Amino acid sequence: MYDISSYLNAGSTDEALELLQNRPEARIIAGGTDILIRLREGKHRGAALVDISGIEDLSRVWLDADNTLHIGPLQSFRALERNELIKDLLPGLAAAASVVGGPQVRAAATIGGNICNGATSADSASTLFCANAELVLTSPGGERIVEIADFYKGPGKVDLKAGELLTDIIVQEKDYRGFTGHYMKFSQREAMDIATLGCAVMVRTSEEILEEVRIAYGVAGPTPRRCPEAEMALKGTPLNRENLDLFAELVKKELLTRDSWRGSKEYRDHLAGVLARRGLAKLTGQGDCDHDTEN
Amino acid sequence: MTQRIEFTLNGKKLTVDINIKESLLEVLRDRLHMTSVKQGCGVGECGACAVLIDGVSMNSCIYPGPRAHGKEIRTTEGLADGEDLSVMQRSFIEAGAVQCGFCTPGLLMTATELKESGKSYSREEIRREISGHLCRCTGYHKIVDAVEKGLKE
Repeated sequence: MYDISSYLNAGSTDEALELLQNRPEARIIAGGTDILIRLREGKHRGAALVDISGIEDLSRVWLDADNTLHIGPLQSFRALERNELIKDLLPGLAAAASVVGGPQVRAAATIGGNICNGATSADSASTLFCANAELVLTSPGGERIVEIADFYKGPGKVDLKAGELLTDIIVQEKDYRGFTGHYMKFSQREAMDIATLGCAVMVRTSEEILEEVRIAYGVAGPTPRRCPEAEMALKGTPLNRENLDLFAELVKKELLTRDSWRGSKEYRDHLAGVLARRGLAKLTGQGDCDHDTEN
Repeated sequence: MTQRIEFTLNGKKLTVDINIKESLLEVLRDRLHMTSVKQGCGVGECGACAVLIDGVSMNSCIYPGPRAHGKEIRTTEGLADGEDLSVMQRSFIEAGAVQCGFCTPGLLMTATELKESGKSYSREEIRREISGHLCRCTGYHKIVDAVEKGLKE
């Protein structure tokens, strides 16, 4: 038994907003793979759950006339990892979706829920940071759009006000066109685990020149984090071994990882460099650049 | 608070009055006596409670009971046709993939989903597909053998 006071189904976005408006104690349930576990842990006692999982408008992935990519927040990770448009335009996100939890969890868990929980370990978040994703937050008063980097306020804290609903995740064409991407989840087990460090890399190259490199880490700090200085240093440089090494070093300096029971700061710093180099090498066909990471 | 829901369980249409606080696991075990559905961890880690919901293996312990309304749900009770076991059930027996048996019904449902997909899976892919299930007895080898064998039949 979950300790809840009511369970209400929203059939549409408008209905969900109305249900949320009248119940300040309401909590949104999408896939439920986080909130039901928190209820089991004795949190949110007596919550009024508003189930949005049946709102079909919120689970589509599509391109609009401007080639802007729209990802419905109710897309399950199972659907995302199989979605042809995502695999084609944001392969890093498809990779991230495929390593969340295990198959049964992926069948239920949604990308919107992953983001709105505000966990730094959210596997989908680091790729969305790389892609400069924007979030559409809808309330009865209208919509506002927030960049994902501004949405994360701290551990478990996001810029989602009472009565608001995440209704769209947007990626502009400039943020996916020409890029390849990858996500690496470093964890102690290969399934059903939370990352010790998660790393998303996106890169755009032209004739052996690194036109643009983007990298974001989950679990390095209280929220997912990009490394703008390291990214800028690589911009326009030739694709070679030395620059991969340089990137790994710069990322380690910039990232400022933290200690936690999943791993020490020293361990995470080392991992950050290894994953940066590994991800960039994989995406640019530089083969095995994993050796001699101790210098 | 009581709510009336309708869903299909192992091919039969049912109308059930449930408490909105119940998980699908509790509806299936306590109200409908589908005792193949096991509660292991209760937090979606172990897969012992997996059932097929509209053909997809999901953890019933983290699935709200009211959400079952309108769904097609299948448990291990529905796999055999009378005395005739399903291909995967036979395969699990023949491969010796069962020891204490607690994880078996959940694994059978995931294996059934794979079988019904009509796709082929390598051993590595089978391991990935069953990675949401914990088995503390077998060391998984015989389970992978069983799924592989069942997929080939």
